Amino acid sequence: MTINTDTALETGKFAPGTHPSLPPPPGTSGPARWMKDNLFSSVSNTILTIVSVYVIYLVISKAGAWLFWDAVVNADSREGCRAVGTGACWAIVVANFNKSIYGFYPEAERWRLNLDFILLFVALGPILFDKFPARKNMLWFSVAYPFLSIWLILGGWGLEPVDTALFGGVMLTLIIGVTGISFSLPLGILLALGRYSNLPVMRMVCTMFIEFIRGVPLIALLFVASTMLNYFLPPGVEFDLLLRVLIMVTLFSAAYLAEVIRGGLQSLPKGQFEAADAMGLKYWQAMRLIVLPQALKVSIPGIVNTFIGLYKDTTLVLIIGLLDVLGIMKSTLANPAWNGLAEEAYLYTAVFFFISCFAMSRYSLYLENKLHTGHKR
Amino acid sequence: MSTVALSTDDQGGSLLRLWRNKESRSVIIQIITIAILFAFLAFIVNNAATNLEKIGKGYSFDFLDEAANYDISQRPIEYDSQSSHWRAMFVGILNTLMVAVFGIVLATILGFFMGVIRLSPNWIASRIVYCVIEFVRNVPVLLHILLIHGIVVNVLPHPKNAINIADTFFLSNRGFYIPDPVVGDLFFLTIIAFFTGIAGAVYYSKRAKKLQDATGQQSPVLYASLGLILGLPIIVFLVTGMPLEWVAATQGTFNLKGGLPLRPEFMSLWLALSIYTACFIAEIVRAGIQAVNYGQTEASYALGLPRGRTMNLVIIPQALRVIIPPLNSQYLNLTKNSSLAIAVGYMDIVGTIGGVSLNQTGREMECMTIVLVLYLSMSLIISSIMNWYNKRIKLVER
Repeated sequence: MTINTDTALETGKFAPGTHPSLPPPPGTSGPARWMKDNLFSSVSNTILTIVSVYVIYLVISKAGAWLFWDAVVNADSREGCRAVGTGACWAIVVANFNKSIYGFYPEAERWRLNLDFILLFVALGPILFDKFPARKNMLWFSVAYPFLSIWLILGGWGLEPVDTALFGGVMLTLIIGVTGISFSLPLGILLALGRYSNLPVMRMVCTMFIEFIRGVPLIALLFVASTMLNYFLPPGVEFDLLLRVLIMVTLFSAAYLAEVIRGGLQSLPKGQFEAADAMGLKYWQAMRLIVLPQALKVSIPGIVNTFIGLYKDTTLVLIIGLLDVLGIMKSTLANPAWNGLAEEAYLYTAVFFFISCFAMSRYSLYLENKLHTGHKR
Repeated sequence: MSTVALSTDDQGGSLLRLWRNKESRSVIIQIITIAILFAFLAFIVNNAATNLEKIGKGYSFDFLDEAANYDISQRPIEYDSQSSHWRAMFVGILNTLMVAVFGIVLATILGFFMGVIRLSPNWIASRIVYCVIEFVRNVPVLLHILLIHGIVVNVLPHPKNAINIADTFFLSNRGFYIPDPVVGDLFFLTIIAFFTGIAGAVYYSKRAKKLQDATGQQSPVLYASLGLILGLPIIVFLVTGMPLEWVAATQGTFNLKGGLPLRPEFMSLWLALSIYTACFIAEIVRAGIQAVNYGQTEASYALGLPRGRTMNLVIIPQALRVIIPPLNSQYLNLTKNSSLAIAVGYMDIVGTIGGVSLNQTGREMECMTIVLVLYLSMSLIISSIMNWYNKRIKLVER
């Protein structure tokens, strides 16, 4: 039984429950209302809105002009830029782009880095996303990737060997970042378990190590790596500087990771440990099957933050003479042709770091949502 | 069953039996750990000794008394190139402390300000601050330092046409010149008055709390403390005849004369560290305030407390409990990040004793030991102060 709504509207008579929804009263919804609620709700709020709009206007007009409209892209030196326009001189980036990516890697061999970079994503895909096609089999590739990568980058066995002193730019940043991240996580887990263990000696050793590393700045540790570490090796044994730096960066972020993971361990109720014991699981079984999956899940945001911190800290190696992407751009400023273009060089580097770090933090959010198996409040 | 178990244990020998027992196994593992640790330490100490002996270097701190032979542009105390390495190190420590303290102050102010705007109902303002925070946090701090240093050196004018702010402050690419305080003879009385004021204020607020606990009577603690801490020194200052003069810089033909210059290195380091850390603090403050249940605000309104008191007496004390521990680690981070000073040539601990002194004397071991010990003790001091404060404001559970 249906009532014709049109006739009902005309007559003004409705059967119970058949009245069509009316529009909301005027002024309670829509953009005008939203603006009144969010931008002009009080005097102070209105002032804040006006100030903010003015700031946006200033930024767009001034920075926009400098960054884009008055900027120069094609020139061969700073003077060349200044002759053409008053804005930013992006020519410094254009001219040094390849160097900022590959460092001093021989040009004929750069295809190896490109290939390695593509393979990095193929290897990362199955680790990061569980909907990756043929994930199980691809994970074996991820395991093999580090060795493949070392072979591709360093050469040997049929490829032209390349000295680590020629490494630089984005490639060096990625090498330090990826190596640091992949080695510091297992080490950090071990340190956290050590600090949380029942054995007093183990606890003391791990605590001392963690607190020592966390108490000194990374740059001091890098100085130790570059000046002092060779004294501690047997006479005649020498480490490559890059290797020493990799070790230090890994140890550094492992100590921070250990603290993050310890937070996760502490957040577990004691009953979980006791239940694992009651099930008759051995220490490592209990950790692997019961404790760590829960503890790591809780500490994901902290772990990714530490990784982002490590990735940003790779810039510090420029102080001990390794030229990462920031170091390369800094060194181009010493070139008389590009002298005094610090803003352009550094902004370009900043955009590079922003993109990679922002992507990492978004991934952490995605992972948090995916692993959120508890009750959401 | 037990006989079977016993017999297998006997077959395995006594060592295996020890290993199967949980307690004895943990003892064995610990003994092995200690043995490996000591063997490792002995190994590297032995290596270091042989290596040092081979190149004819000892391990002594005598070089600290020799003349340093280098200059430091930003020096809070008297220092010239004939001063000892010891004094250079001291200048470095003061410079690190200076940038850390100023940085912590500015970062806290900026961070709380940004965190509050981030929470404000104003959509545009909160989005602007969000964008700034995301951009700044995702870019390395070293990059910030270099970028700001580049702007200070390239964009600001030469001292000849320094930006003149009311003839007291001068801004140029050689630094920010602020008036130099020249202290008179009787100024120490003002300082004594200041500390007496602080002690008096602490005593007064303690007594006021006791009074309130006993009788419910409230005393004007804020005004009384302000009067004691600020008023008392001002009165003493005026009575002793204002023994403090501010000498502003004057514009010479080539350079600015007099005044207290804050060098571009210091400024870029200070600003970069403060802005970078402030963005982290802003997020901590936002999370802390959001962590307080809205029911607390409603309950406080229901009790009849006005908005301001709700914020001061109910929200902020609870938010602080969440804010303090991560804030503590941000302060530590700022202090440790100040070691990046070396990238712009600001002479802090790493720049002096870990940098130029190390290169001139070639004493890597001693210099790096000093640097590590200094930073370790600084971190320990800051974190123990913050822990003490944290304990004070902690929730007292019955």
